[in-house]
Parts: sequence; C-alpha cells; structure tokens
Amino acid sequence: MDDSPPDGRAWPRLRLLTSGAAAQVNRPLPSGAGAPAPAPAPACASASSSAGDGGLAEVMEKVAHGDKQAFSVLYDALAPLVLGIVVRVVRDRAQGEEVAQEVMIELWRQAARYRPEAGSVTTWAGTIAHRRAVDRVRSAQASADREQAQASREHHTAFDEVAEQVETRLESEQVRRCLSGLTELQRQAVTLAYYRGLTYREVAETLRTPLPTIKTRMRDGLIRLRDCMGVTT
Amino acid sequence: MKHHASDAHTLAAAYALGALEPDERREFTAHLRECQACRQEAAEFEATAARLAAAVSQAPPPALKPAVMSAIDGVRQLPPRVATTAPSRLSGVLRRRAVPLALAACVAAAALGGVAVWQTQQNREAEQRAGRAEQRLDAISSILAAPDARTVHGRTSNGALTTVVSSPARDRAVFTAAGLPAPAGGTTYQLWLDHDGTMRPAGFVDGDGTVLIEGGTAGAEAVGLTVEPDGGSPRPTTAPLLLMPLTA
Ligand SMILES: [Zn+2]
Repeated sequence: MDDSPPDGRAWPRLRLLTSGAAAQVNRPLPSGAGAPAPAPAPACASASSSAGDGGLAEVMEKVAHGDKQAFSVLYDALAPLVLGIVVRVVRDRAQGEEVAQEVMIELWRQAARYRPEAGSVTTWAGTIAHRRAVDRVRSAQASADREQAQASREHHTAFDEVAEQVETRLESEQVRRCLSGLTELQRQAVTLAYYRGLTYREVAETLRTPLPTIKTRMRDGLIRLRDCMGVTT
Repeated sequence: MKHHASDAHTLAAAYALGALEPDERREFTAHLRECQACRQEAAEFEATAARLAAAVSQAPPPALKPAVMSAIDGVRQLPPRVATTAPSRLSGVLRRRAVPLALAACVAAAALGGVAVWQTQQNREAEQRAGRAEQRLDAISSILAAPDARTVHGRTSNGALTTVVSSPARDRAVFTAAGLPAPAGGTTYQLWLDHDGTMRPAGFVDGDGTVLIEGGTAGAEAVGLTVEPDGGSPRPTTAPLLLMPLTA
C-alpha cells in the first residue's frame, strides 16, 4: 500500500499539530516507552506576574493535569467570586447558581489553557465567569426580544438597582472606596457595564449620554479604579 | 487595524468590562495581536474588573461543590493550545515550524479565553516551546524509529489521505491526515481502536497533522475515524469515515 494515491497526491507526511490533537502527546505515557514528563501549560506571554494569587497558579498546573484534589482547592478559592459576579449579572439566585456551576466546570475543562503570564488565576476565572453570565443575560434578552415578551428593557430600574447594590453590598472596603472616588458618570458607566452586563451602547442609552462620552468615561473610570486599587501586571 | 487605530485604542476598557458587541470583540481581539499598548491596558483592566467581581463574592450553597465535583468526572479537559517546533534532527521527517505558528496558537487561545496576549520575548518563548515540543516529538519519533514500525495508508470517505505508523514493540501508533476538512461546528474528529469489533476511544484529530493515538495497539485490528459531538463520545455515533487495518 505504499504506492501513490490514485489522484496523484502524495501520502501525508508526518508533522505535528498545534491543535488539541498534538497535545495529547502531552499525556503521561506508559513507563518504559521513554515517556516524557507532562509539560506545563504553554505560555504566550512572559511579561507580567500573577502576584497576589496565593499560589493558585501552582494549583492550576495540577488541575491542568487532571488533579481533582487540586481542583477542590481551586473551587474553594474561586467559587465565592464566581457565584458572586454571576448572581450579580444574571440577577437571579437560582439561575446564578446554575451558571456558576457551569463556570466551575468550565474552569476544570479549560485549566490547561490558563497562562500565568497573561494574568492571575483570579482574573482568568473572573473573566470567564463574567462572560458566561453576560452571555446568559444577552441570550435570554435575545429570545425575549424575539418573542416580544418584553417591550423594552427597564434600564432605569436596572441602574437604580445597581447603584443601590454598589452602595450597600460591596464586600470590599477598598473597592467601595475606589468606586466612590469616581465621577458619577464614570461610576455609572463602569458598574452598569460590569455588574449589569450592559454593552456600552446600552449604557449610553440608559444614561442618555452620547456613545463617545460613555466610552471615554468607562475608560477614565477604569484607569482611576486600576490606580486606586494598585493593580499591576 | 492600525489604520483606524485611534478608535480601536479606546476599546480596552469596554473589552475588559465585557461591554463590546460580539463583532466588536472579535475586531478588538484582532487589534490586541498588533498593539502592545492595548494588550497591556486590557490585562490591567481585566485584573481591575476581577477586583470588582471579588467585591461581590457570595458564599456558595453547600450543595454546589459536590455537584461540581461529581460533574467534572464526566468532563474531558481541553488540551493546552501548544505550538511545536521540530528539533532539527527530525526535520527530515517532521516539517519545521517556528514562531509564527506559535503566535497563531497563542492568538487562538486568546480568542477562546479572551485573555490578553503578549508577544514580547518571542524568542525565549519559542525556545521553551521547542524544549517541550522535543519531549512530545520523542514520543512520536520513538514510534517512527522503532525497528518494527509498519506503515499503512488510507483514505477517508470525505477525501483526506491518512497514514498510520504503528509499532507493536512500543504498543503505540501515530496517525496523520492530510486534506481533512474542518469538522462542522460543534463536532470533532475522533479516533478509535478496533478491538474485535469493539471501538475504543483513541483520541481526537482537529485537522491535518500528526497525533499520537491514545491507548495501546496490542490486540487492535484497525484504526477508525468518525465525526462526534464536541468532547467526543464513549463509542462511535456516526458511520466511520475510515477504517485502516493495523496489520497490513
Ligand atoms: Zn491599540
């Protein structure tokens, strides 16, 4: 069967994939077959640190290799943050718990894709959790729009609610203090987007403010928060 | 991207807050590949946003943890997105691939994970990759170089040419495809080892290239390939695209 294929093409030559398939080589092989040690998760970056993560990066490396004991540690460290932001965005405790469960499973599934050089484990988990919550809210919104079950979103109600929550329910004194250091419009732009899951267009509509202004306030607000919290990468 | 960069440069905040529309997110993700300043800013903003998340932490209900822990038993972990650089001693067999592909892999990971990517110190990174890739290649090359290695060729029903090299002494085999169409959304190609008519899962193929077939080949008569839902199946759910005898 070593002759050429009927259509004149050459039989495929061996080469490695960059995709998931190649990485299967990464799995532990039977001993005695010259099995390499499992390689650590790949790094795309090398610039920043993941300081302040309390050793979670090391835990992640174990989770990436299928260590459920390590995942139990990761769960304890991240589940409160994940549940908190998800419930905040979807604004429904039962649905939030459902999404939080999905997110925690997703962290297990994607563990090998975490790259310490790109940011802390907490940031990684927070980003995934927030995105999943926003997806849930927007897909629910899209189907609601399709069914015309709701005439419109009640943006002002949402804003009042977020403002109230931000005032009264923040666990972190530092975040509360830093948020209070923003201008009113900066704070609204940041919190409506992040805690309510609105796009910046929706934020502009909600606040009846021109889009470019919202973009600028959102950015200025985050810069001020970043500096106030002493975030570095 | 750079031509309308003045606008793109302002989107890192909305990106980190999850406030971009899907098409804008895709465009900005592409911009991040080219713009170091935005990468840095997006990473800092994402870290800032994570503080906002931490500030609303809630104690999970006790039932959530056992639910998650038992759920992951059935969830296959994604492999790392790895770029490979073939060591020179194998360059005759394995096509050499260097930094551009490494970056492409990073970019793909970023598109999935939404995490900012740095392109700095590419060379050092490429070296580290090469070291890891070499270990992986060792596993494959040990099969290719085995004295008892045997090669069979095949053709999938959707037109790809395939090669399997197996070594009974090593009890392993590698699979290579060329011209394999991208699987439809939500599906993946899954490999199988045929043991007396029982198909055992043997790993996944994302496209053209070479993979180590999972599992020992002793007692297996053939290698099969099917299309399965993402994440794979415990047994084939579709007709095989290919069944290649191992004992040719
Ligand atoms: Zn930029």
